[in-house]
Amino acid sequence: MGLKEKLHTFRVKNQDKKWFPVFSGFHTFLFTPNETTHNGTHIKGADDLKRTMNTVVMSLVPCLIFGMFNTGYQHYLALGEIEPVANGFFSAGFWTMDNFLLGLWKVLPLVIVSYGVGLAIEFLFCVIKKHEIEEGYLVTGMLVPLIVPVDLPLWMLAVAVAFGVVIGKEVFGGTGMNILNPALTIRAFLFFAYPTWMSGDKVWVHGAVDTAGTADAISGETVLGFLAQGRTAEMGYSLSDMFLGFIPGSIGETSTLLILLGGLFLVFSKIASWRIMLSAVIGALAMGLIFNGIVEAGWIPEYSKFYTLMSFEYWQHLLVGGLAFGIVFMATDPVTGSQTNQGKWIYGFLIGFLSVMIRVFNPGYPEGVFLAILLMNVFAPTIDHYVVRGNIKKRMKRLKTATIYPKPSDEVDALKTETA
Amino acid sequence: MALLSKKDANLILDPLADNNPITIQVLGICSALAITAELKASVVMALSVLFVLGVGNVVISLLRNVIPSKIRIIVQLVVVATLVIIVDQVLKAFAYELSKTLSVFVGLIITNCIIMGRFEAFALGNGPWKSFLDGIGNALGYGVILVIVGFFRELLGSGTLFGIPVLGDPVTKTGLYSIGYENNGFMIIPPAALIVVGIIIWVQRSRNRTLIEEA
Repeated sequence: MGLKEKLHTFRVKNQDKKWFPVFSGFHTFLFTPNETTHNGTHIKGADDLKRTMNTVVMSLVPCLIFGMFNTGYQHYLALGEIEPVANGFFSAGFWTMDNFLLGLWKVLPLVIVSYGVGLAIEFLFCVIKKHEIEEGYLVTGMLVPLIVPVDLPLWMLAVAVAFGVVIGKEVFGGTGMNILNPALTIRAFLFFAYPTWMSGDKVWVHGAVDTAGTADAISGETVLGFLAQGRTAEMGYSLSDMFLGFIPGSIGETSTLLILLGGLFLVFSKIASWRIMLSAVIGALAMGLIFNGIVEAGWIPEYSKFYTLMSFEYWQHLLVGGLAFGIVFMATDPVTGSQTNQGKWIYGFLIGFLSVMIRVFNPGYPEGVFLAILLMNVFAPTIDHYVVRGNIKKRMKRLKTATIYPKPSDEVDALKTETA
Repeated sequence: MALLSKKDANLILDPLADNNPITIQVLGICSALAITAELKASVVMALSVLFVLGVGNVVISLLRNVIPSKIRIIVQLVVVATLVIIVDQVLKAFAYELSKTLSVFVGLIITNCIIMGRFEAFALGNGPWKSFLDGIGNALGYGVILVIVGFFRELLGSGTLFGIPVLGDPVTKTGLYSIGYENNGFMIIPPAALIVVGIIIWVQRSRNRTLIEEA
């Protein structure tokens, strides 16, 4: 008897045990159970929820690895121990063992805490509710370490993950029932609970918090931070730095190139919606163009604190901050996003549009992607509702002008009751 | 003989748990969100409502046979407004700082749904003694939730209780703060109260499943 059959017999034998959901979760993570369909469709796609989640996690791995290298790179660069790299993506000065090891040392604990706490809560709820383990946390657990600053204390992450999973997801009924993206709920909680660890010029580079106020103090200002304070002259990051990701920021969000690759992978594997991604990019560009236009028309004086961010070249908004990461990996969340095709266009466009708007007008913190996505998560069902209603109306109108054979009156009434 | 008959006792005890004005009837949420960042403010608010609702219920109950039903809302408003102004003036005279913290929310006791709700639902149809017990019970039920929410919000948000530091000093890093603990800024903003109230509702309904509404 092979391992697969053994596991299956074990599964059947222990079906009523309290810990069964836990076993089942691990079992179906690696194997497809030997169960046959009892009714309905008999041919099913192999890409069930677990496979879908794994695909997204795979598309995140490049960002994670790059984030580790970048953590070390930014740290040593700020200390003045290495020179800035300038030979494109494969610069030897960036891909060094030193950089990677420091990054691994700082990032891996975040990943472990995120998965440990999140899965523990998920398993606990499944045992209480006697559900199958829901694998929604696989993606959330990987997203969370990528969207926080590197020096975030681990206990804060643990508290935030517990909050996000329980309040953001489990109270609504678990995976697939949540209104808000859990990863962003976790980030929002961190942002409002511990703002000093989530914003400012210290948290984005490892070591900057510890050395603050001493003679060895290093700065870790983000591109957006420089812009918000109007200190563009000191910035010193080239466009290619921004695109390739050699800039300070949350761990996984800096490399637009790798996010783009991940996004393409998700689009071609048909996991994420290209409509949302494309319309979000259009939305961001539109808002950026409006701001650029305002600056060009001279409606805003140069001493205004919004001037620098507003005059920031419209398409460069996509290269800095978390906009690209948010659009590709967060906005496309199939549970919290819009479901209808038309709705996806509206939903995506508003995410991009609002992200750039909040980014420019937020006085305390020059970023707004997570707020924009959370806001649109709340509106997504409303958008869908009106899209569906609009469609019904359109078809009812068509019905009125159509020539209907044999007994028109009956069918119209039947249709009316159906669609009412 | 017991001090209260069983029926009378229930008038006080029911609103404390199974018929709580905040967690079951979901009334009086606005003030529960606004003023529970500090425990002291929660307690004073609870006491103010206790006074207004207790006295108001008795007054309305005494007047119930002479109030024309067409203008009863106006009469009720006059009674609440009078009592609220008394409370407001007393606070301003004897606890000025606190009345600053509570700011408009003392005045807004007038619009607290629990008060008009009890006048309408109970005091207009029952005698003064019963109305008094009902008022006290509902105000206590409201106060209990306020104090619980205030306790958690002040403890987690500021690390103090009644303004006294209990977790150490965040500036000089003593107590819990010496090992890296930090106050949770989220607890200070009103949305946190919504979530704390939500958790109380969740806990209460999973302990007593008969309270769960039909979907």
